Amino acid sequence: MPTFGSFALLLALALSGYTLVAGAIALRQLATGSRGRVSPERLAETARRAGIGSFVATTGAAFALVWAALNNDFSVAYILHHSNRALPGPYKFAALWSGQEGSLLLWAWLLSIYGFVLRLRHKVDVKLTAYASTILAGIQVFFLLLLNFAATPFSLASGPVAQDGFGLNPLLQYPEMVIHPPMLYLGYVGFAVPFAFALGALMMRYPGEKWIHITRRWTMVTWLFLTCGIFLGAHWAYSVLGWGGYWGWDPVENASLMPWLTGTAFLHSVMMQEKRGMMKSWNVWLIFSTFLLAIFGTLLTRSGLVSSVHAFAQSSIGTWFWTFLVIVLSVCLFTFILQRDHLKADNKIESLVSRESSFLFNNLVLLAACFTVLWGTLFPVLSEYIQGNKVTVSAPFYNRVAVPIGLFLLFLTGIGPLLAWRSSSFKSIRKNFVLPSIAGLVAAIVVIACGVHPWEIFTTSSQGSFYSFIAFTLAAVVITAIGAEFLRGAGVIARHTGQNLFASIIQLTRRNTRRYGGYIVHFGVVIIFIGIAGSAFNQSKEEELGFKQSVNIGPYRLECQSYSQDSNANYDTEYALLDVYRGGNKVTQLAPEKRFYTASQQPSTIVANHSTLAWDLYVIYAGKNPDTGQPIIKVFLNPLVAWIWIGVGIVVLGTGVALVPNMTAALAASRNRATALAPSAEAVAARGGD
Amino acid sequence: MFRFPRLGRLFAIAIVSALTMGSASTAVRYNDLGHKMMCVCGCNEILIECNHLGCPDSDRMLGELRASIAGGSGDDAILTAFQDKYGPTVLAAPMLTKFNIVAWIVPPAMLILGIAGTVVLVRRWRLRAAASPATPPAPHFPAMRERIRRETEL
Repeated sequence: MPTFGSFALLLALALSGYTLVAGAIALRQLATGSRGRVSPERLAETARRAGIGSFVATTGAAFALVWAALNNDFSVAYILHHSNRALPGPYKFAALWSGQEGSLLLWAWLLSIYGFVLRLRHKVDVKLTAYASTILAGIQVFFLLLLNFAATPFSLASGPVAQDGFGLNPLLQYPEMVIHPPMLYLGYVGFAVPFAFALGALMMRYPGEKWIHITRRWTMVTWLFLTCGIFLGAHWAYSVLGWGGYWGWDPVENASLMPWLTGTAFLHSVMMQEKRGMMKSWNVWLIFSTFLLAIFGTLLTRSGLVSSVHAFAQSSIGTWFWTFLVIVLSVCLFTFILQRDHLKADNKIESLVSRESSFLFNNLVLLAACFTVLWGTLFPVLSEYIQGNKVTVSAPFYNRVAVPIGLFLLFLTGIGPLLAWRSSSFKSIRKNFVLPSIAGLVAAIVVIACGVHPWEIFTTSSQGSFYSFIAFTLAAVVITAIGAEFLRGAGVIARHTGQNLFASIIQLTRRNTRRYGGYIVHFGVVIIFIGIAGSAFNQSKEEELGFKQSVNIGPYRLECQSYSQDSNANYDTEYALLDVYRGGNKVTQLAPEKRFYTASQQPSTIVANHSTLAWDLYVIYAGKNPDTGQPIIKVFLNPLVAWIWIGVGIVVLGTGVALVPNMTAALAASRNRATALAPSAEAVAARGGD
Repeated sequence: MFRFPRLGRLFAIAIVSALTMGSASTAVRYNDLGHKMMCVCGCNEILIECNHLGCPDSDRMLGELRASIAGGSGDDAILTAFQDKYGPTVLAAPMLTKFNIVAWIVPPAMLILGIAGTVVLVRRWRLRAAASPATPPAPHFPAMRERIRRETEL
C-alpha cells in the first residue's frame, strides 16, 4: 500500500502539472488568438480531464494512507507515529489528519475534490472555469510537490517493522476530532475556489459580475464549513482541554479566525458589487487576502514561527510555504496592476447614512478585527526582532482590544438593515430606529436589574460586566431590528393574501432567501454574542473531595459518591462519581475522568458537563492528592454557554436558507391563488356540492 | 502651533486609559493576577487555567503568587517580580512600557484611521457628485424600475 500511495501521489503531481501547463498554454492561445498544432479548445479540454484524473490519483493516495492506518501497517513511519493497534477504528481514520504529512494530504485531497466538482460543472462558463481550473491546478501542484518531496506521508520506518505504533495524541481521541479538522480544512481549502475565480476573472477581464454569481454558493458553503470548523474546534477545546473555556486566542485558533473574518467581509461587500457595481478592487483584494490568510494560517501552524499548544512540529516546510505565499502574492499584485482599469467602480457611495456605507463600515470593522488578531499573533515575533526579547500576547490583550471591536460589529449588524440604499432620510431613520432603541433601553434596565453592573469597570480590574452589559443591550437592539424586518415584510404579504403571519414569514423568506437567510445568520451571531457575554460571570471552585464530601457552586451541590480507577487496552483512567443536587433534589450524576494513554504515555482530561440553557456545570478531575489519595475536583459554573452552540445552529440554518434559490414571483402568486381558492372549495364540499 | 501635539497626547492618553481602565482594583487579585500570567511549563496556557497532570510549574507559581499577595505587594510589583524571575513571556499581555505600548495602540488607531479615511472619502465623492451637472430624468421607466428592484432586493 505505501508503494501504491507514493505512486498515486506522483501521478497526481504529473496530472496536476499537466493541467497547469496545458491549461495556461491554451488560455494564452485563446487570449492572443495564436494557434498551435492542437487547438486551444482541445488543449483546454485535455487539461480539464487531467485535472479530473489528478482527483482520482489524490483520492487513491488518501485511501492508501487510511488503509494503512486501518490495517496497522507500521512499516509506514506516519502510521507508526500516529496510530496503534488498540486505537478505535474512527480514530485510526482520523490519523489521516493528525500529523503534518497526513494533514497536507488531506489539504491536497480536499482541493482535488473542489477541483473535480468545478471541472465537472465547467459548462456554467467554459472559459472562466478553464482559468479557475488552471489556477487551482497551480495550487494543487504546490501541495503535491510538498507531499512528494518535503513531507512524504508514505516514508517507510527505519529498522524492523514495529509490533505496535506510538498511538494518537490523546487530545485528538475525541469524537469531534473526527469531524472538526475536515470541516476546518474544507473551509480553508474551499476559499481557493472563489480566489481562483476572482483571479481568473481579473486575468481575462471578465465582463460584468457573473463570476460573483457563479462563486456565491462556493463562497457561502466554504464560509459555512469554516464557521462549523471553528466552532467544532471551540467545542472540542471546551470538552477536552479542561480549562473551562472554549477560546484561548491561541495562534492556531487565530489562524482559523483571520480568513473567516475577511471571508465574512467579502460575503458582505460582494453584494455591493452585484447590486451597484461598487468596490470591485476592494472585493478582489478581500478574496485574495482570505486565501492568502488561509495559506498563512497553515504556515503559522507548521513553520514554528509562533509557539502554540496545537501547532505541528517545527519543520523545514515553512520555507516552502513562504515561497508559495510570495509567489501567490506576486501573481495577485501583478495581475491587479495590469488589469486595475477593469475594476473601475460604476457607482460611488452617495451618503454616509446609507446601506452601502453600513456595508463599508462593517467591512472596515471586520478587517480591523482581522488586523488585531494578526497583529497580536505576530507581535511576539516583531518584539523579538526589535527589542531582542519575545513577549506573550494572549487572552488579556484580545479581551481589551478585540472585544470592543466585536461589539462595534454587533452594533453595525443591528443598524445596517435599517438603512436604505443610496441614502436614508432622517424621517426613515427615526421611524426604523424607534422600536430597536426602545428594546435596547428596556434590555439595559432589565440587565441592570438582574445584577449586571457596567459601572464596575471603574471600580474593579474586570471589564466583563461592562462588555456583557453592552452585548446584552445591543443584542436586544439587533434582534428587534431583525424581527421588525421580518414582521414588516410578512405583514404586507399577510394583508395581500390573507395568510397567517407565520405562513407569510415563510413565504417572505422563500421569496428572497438570500436576504432573510442573511438575517437568520445575523440572529444566530447575536445569540452567539449572548452566549459569549455570559463568560463574564463564570465561577469556579477547586476542592479535594473524599467519600460523601461535597462542594457548593451557584445553586448546585456536588457530593462525591465514589472515586476509583480502571483500565483498558488503550488507556488507564481515574475518575470520581459525583451526585449533583439542586434545591435538595438529585439532578444528575457526573463522572469526570483523567486518562493516561498507554501507547503515547500521555494524560488527557475527560470533562463531565451538565449543560442547561442557563449555565453549564463543568467538572474536571484535576488529579489526586498524593498524601490523602482523594480526588481534587475543579468545578466551573459557566453561564449561557449552551447559547453559543444554539447560535451556531441558527447560523447554519440561515446559511442553508440563503443557499436555497428564491421562489419566483410567479410561483408565489400561483400559490397565493391556490390558497385563496382552497377555502371556497372546502365550502363547496361542506355544502355537499359535487 | 502646539494644538495638534497636545491633542495627540490627549488622544494617546485616552486610548491607553480606555484600554487599562480599572486595572488598579484589588477585589479579586489572586484570580485577576493569575489570569494576567502564563504558565511557564510550555503549555501556553494562562497560569490559573493550567491543568496539566503533574505540571512542574503552575502549582509553584500560584504558590508564589499567593505569597506575594499575602506579603502586601502591589499588582504591578508582583507582575514585575514575576517578569524579572521568569522573563517577559510570563506576562499574558505586554505591559505598557517602551515598545510594548505599540501593541496596544496600533489596532484601535488603525480602526479609527480607517473610519476617518472612509468618512473623508465618502464626503469627497458626495461633493464631487453634487458639483457635476444633474442628469436629465431617464425616459426608460421600466429599466429604472428594474434597477430599483435590483438595488433594493437585499
